[in-house]
Amino acid sequence: MTLVNEPVQRVEVKKKYCRFKKNGIKYIDYKDAAFLLKFVNEQGKILPRRITGTSLKYQRKVAQAVKRARHLALLPYVTDSLK
Amino acid sequence: MDFKIENPTFALLKKIFYTMMLNNYETVFILTPVLSDSQMKDTADKFVKLLKDNGAEIINEENWGLKKLAYPINHKNTGFYYLIEFKSKPEVINILETEYRRDEKVMRFLTTKLDKYAVEYNIKRRKGEFKKSAEKQEVKS
Repeated sequence: MTLVNEPVQRVEVKKKYCRFKKNGIKYIDYKDAAFLLKFVNEQGKILPRRITGTSLKYQRKVAQAVKRARHLALLPYVTDSLK
Repeated sequence: MDFKIENPTFALLKKIFYTMMLNNYETVFILTPVLSDSQMKDTADKFVKLLKDNGAEIINEENWGLKKLAYPINHKNTGFYYLIEFKSKPEVINILETEYRRDEKVMRFLTTKLDKYAVEYNIKRRKGEFKKSAEKQEVKS
């Protein structure tokens, strides 16, 4: 009858994936600051895995690369307006 | 075989193995912007020569020129970047880094050991394939 619950129309959530696994990237270069910008927010902080979808294995490598880039002044340690 | 017992033959083999071991390394250093171009080249050559004298095999050298720093180092906003890739024994790194610390012209340095994927990546990078593949990736995503 009319009181039967109607199925709720949920928008299909796109599943996150690890871009390194998908594209077969094995090494993350700390010298490529433009690429590393994808993994930091506007303040220059490293984005968590739950946002970027990176697997744990590659998140560790991303973090290492970002930290190396910061040491060489290719990326800032702290800032207000990156991007 | 039980390797825990240090028998003399095994110890000797281990020693030989370690002396033959060569690793791939990559080092980047930043020189102060107050230098002239020729002074900058001389300093870079000094480090290349130091590596060669210590039995390192130079694979690649790159001069990135004067670049803007992401944050000031020693009250300077720019610096000369220089990259050297080489193959050497692990002991050489200590000698190289001591020399970096002694030299006032070096503002920052970083030496990293390259794993097998990094070596593959650097070969591609040298050929200039990398820039093309980076563009492709952006198109995909």
